[in-house]
Amino acid sequence: MNSNMMMTAAAGALLASGLSTAAAAEDLTLCWAAWDPANALIELSRDFEAQSGHTMSFEFVPWTSFADRMLNELNSGGQLCDLMIGDSQWIGGGAENGHYVKLNDFFDANGISMDDFIPATVTGYAEWPKNTPNYYALPAFGDVVGWTYRKDWFERPELQAEFMETYGRDLDVPASLAELKDIAEFFQGRDIDGTTVYGAAIYTERGSEGITMGVTNALYNYGFLYENPDQPYDLDGFVNSAGAVEGLEFYKALYDAATPPGSSNWYMGENIDAYRSGQVAMQMNFAFIWPGVEADPNVGGGNSGYFANPPGPAGQFAQLGGQGISVVAYSEKQDAALEYIQWFAQPAVQAKWWELGGYSALSAVVEDPGFATSQPYAQTFLDSMAIVKDFWAEPAYADLLLPMQERVHNYVVAGTGTAQEALDGLVRDWTEVFEDEGKI
Amino acid sequence: MTHSPIDRAALRTPPGMARRIRGLSDRTIAWIFVAPTIFLLLAVNIFPLIWTIRLSFTNFRVNRPNNAVEWVGLENYRRILSDPDVWNTMQATAHFLIWTIVLQVLIGFTLAYLINKKFRGNDLWTTIIVFPMMLSPAVVGNFWTFLYQPQIGLFNYVVSFFTGIDPASFSMIGDVHLAPWAIVIADTWMWTPFVMLICLAGLRSIPDSIYEAAECDRASKWRQFWTITLPMALPFLMLAVLFRGIENFKMFDLVVQLTGGGPGNLTTLTSIDLKREAFEKWRTGYSSAYAVILFVSVFGLASIYVKALNKVKER
Repeated sequence: MNSNMMMTAAAGALLASGLSTAAAAEDLTLCWAAWDPANALIELSRDFEAQSGHTMSFEFVPWTSFADRMLNELNSGGQLCDLMIGDSQWIGGGAENGHYVKLNDFFDANGISMDDFIPATVTGYAEWPKNTPNYYALPAFGDVVGWTYRKDWFERPELQAEFMETYGRDLDVPASLAELKDIAEFFQGRDIDGTTVYGAAIYTERGSEGITMGVTNALYNYGFLYENPDQPYDLDGFVNSAGAVEGLEFYKALYDAATPPGSSNWYMGENIDAYRSGQVAMQMNFAFIWPGVEADPNVGGGNSGYFANPPGPAGQFAQLGGQGISVVAYSEKQDAALEYIQWFAQPAVQAKWWELGGYSALSAVVEDPGFATSQPYAQTFLDSMAIVKDFWAEPAYADLLLPMQERVHNYVVAGTGTAQEALDGLVRDWTEVFEDEGKI
Repeated sequence: MTHSPIDRAALRTPPGMARRIRGLSDRTIAWIFVAPTIFLLLAVNIFPLIWTIRLSFTNFRVNRPNNAVEWVGLENYRRILSDPDVWNTMQATAHFLIWTIVLQVLIGFTLAYLINKKFRGNDLWTTIIVFPMMLSPAVVGNFWTFLYQPQIGLFNYVVSFFTGIDPASFSMIGDVHLAPWAIVIADTWMWTPFVMLICLAGLRSIPDSIYEAAECDRASKWRQFWTITLPMALPFLMLAVLFRGIENFKMFDLVVQLTGGGPGNLTTLTSIDLKREAFEKWRTGYSSAYAVILFVSVFGLASIYVKALNKVKER
């Protein structure tokens, strides 16, 4: 800790000498989602204010309206935000529509190398087109869907004995999605300490991106692919493959059999609430919630465990979350905004970011020998970040997201049609989008 | 001899005013007063309407400023009118519209009829009844989300109390059969007081002398209701239907908060669908055509309805 503090102080002093004279003091506005990590960023940014002389303002919008509000801002060429921590799927639109400043020259001039960051976060948050060295963001917050479970319930001898008798194995972290469903069904409707509890809280939200961010964790692991690996935008047989259909059927079966009644429109907040209030044995959620779970008086302090999304028949993958930080092209304070990114990229700042509850994407932080044991969820975070896949990041990502929300919700929650029909319909919708985009 | 509105305004201008402003005729002064309003109307209403109609014939997308804007003729209109999803949202909107109006008129008129009777605590009850319409629709949506919660929701417990059904066995906003009714119930709870107030105004405008005359003719209460109360309150009732119809056609916030348009697409009303096309998919040309279709539909229906309303008032 002392060495970290010394490093921070030294880096701060060094940076202060450079930054304070670099430009006139500006009031920078950083736009992001309103969630726990945003509060940590306010805390972290105080160091930047002290060192640079610039002041920081923040515009945080709840997740359910984050995309609406911020994409509106970008599309209208608004100057509200100087810095944008935009969702990973916005990178294509941000780059192609000229909303984000290209950062290659800035990175080169300031010795910032993308090789220093977790590769999946560089691909997911910073590059456009994907897998090309064109950078429009600095990976800011690594995030991924994983699972939280009630370790204290799993360890109860009477439940372990009953589970062993029913399923012939220990009640433990599931080794596959099928095992996860068994465990969820085991807890569904069970009476624990006089309260009826349920199996798992999963993403089912209809209005924004919720159910898509949830169902992909099943689809990927059963064989769903976004496109033909050898021919871009060739969807038929990949989006709606037999494995993908099985994955979608699995998610519906999990929803029908092992989720709390009334959880038909749940996303991050509702899942957290259900878990913290002791309604569910497991919850699917992004990793950003884990520090809050650990600090919770009811479910924290060793009562909860964490595991990466379990494998399915076609492998083990997890839905990527997280964001990169970009300089908004319409900002008149781009120099000061770039100073912030330069400051934020420093290893000492990234180390403090992790300490405050932000998931650093800097390899030096996560590969530190002490990282995996620094928090109970740190190893799960590392395991999960190694298996990530992301949704389309095309400029037309919203056109691709909305039909998926509709098709999947229609099948999983409303119970309309079959999984095959839902995915065949999705292929038609996405094909139409790519035809409109001129990509097919 | 007929005068234009400007001429009429000029004629009403006090003679002294024109004399005080040398060189300006009364007509010019009238124009100066009217011009800001006309300009505002043109800028805020007419120009956006014309611009929307123009955009509806293009493939313009506001999030692609660098793309060429092409004239696509009636293609957007053809795609909308042949899209089964659009017709599904129309059906969902019609279901919501019809049932909310029917329930709100029935309950609102009944409440107004009861409140109109003189009784102790009349004012207090009126205040309590109008309380829901003072809330924000987003708050009401959130509030009803909790009421509909199968584990903790009061609504499910009330249903359970009267029917014996397990409260956790049904989900008002997650079930395909119940969700369309969940939004109808929430909207009815919120806006019935509005209908009640309009009906109350109608009932209180009926002179007591008419009822006294009916009493002298020994007309029964039932007869008085059908031949005096209802016909004389009908214009007010129709006005309430017009207001609620227009309001509910553009219903958005309450439903988004309550169901997000789900399950599936079952409670996706046209306003929600239009918003997704315009501000999530950013298909500006397409959504402009969608808006024009909705505008023409509402404008046409409202015009027919207003004509009928005027005829009722003339009777």
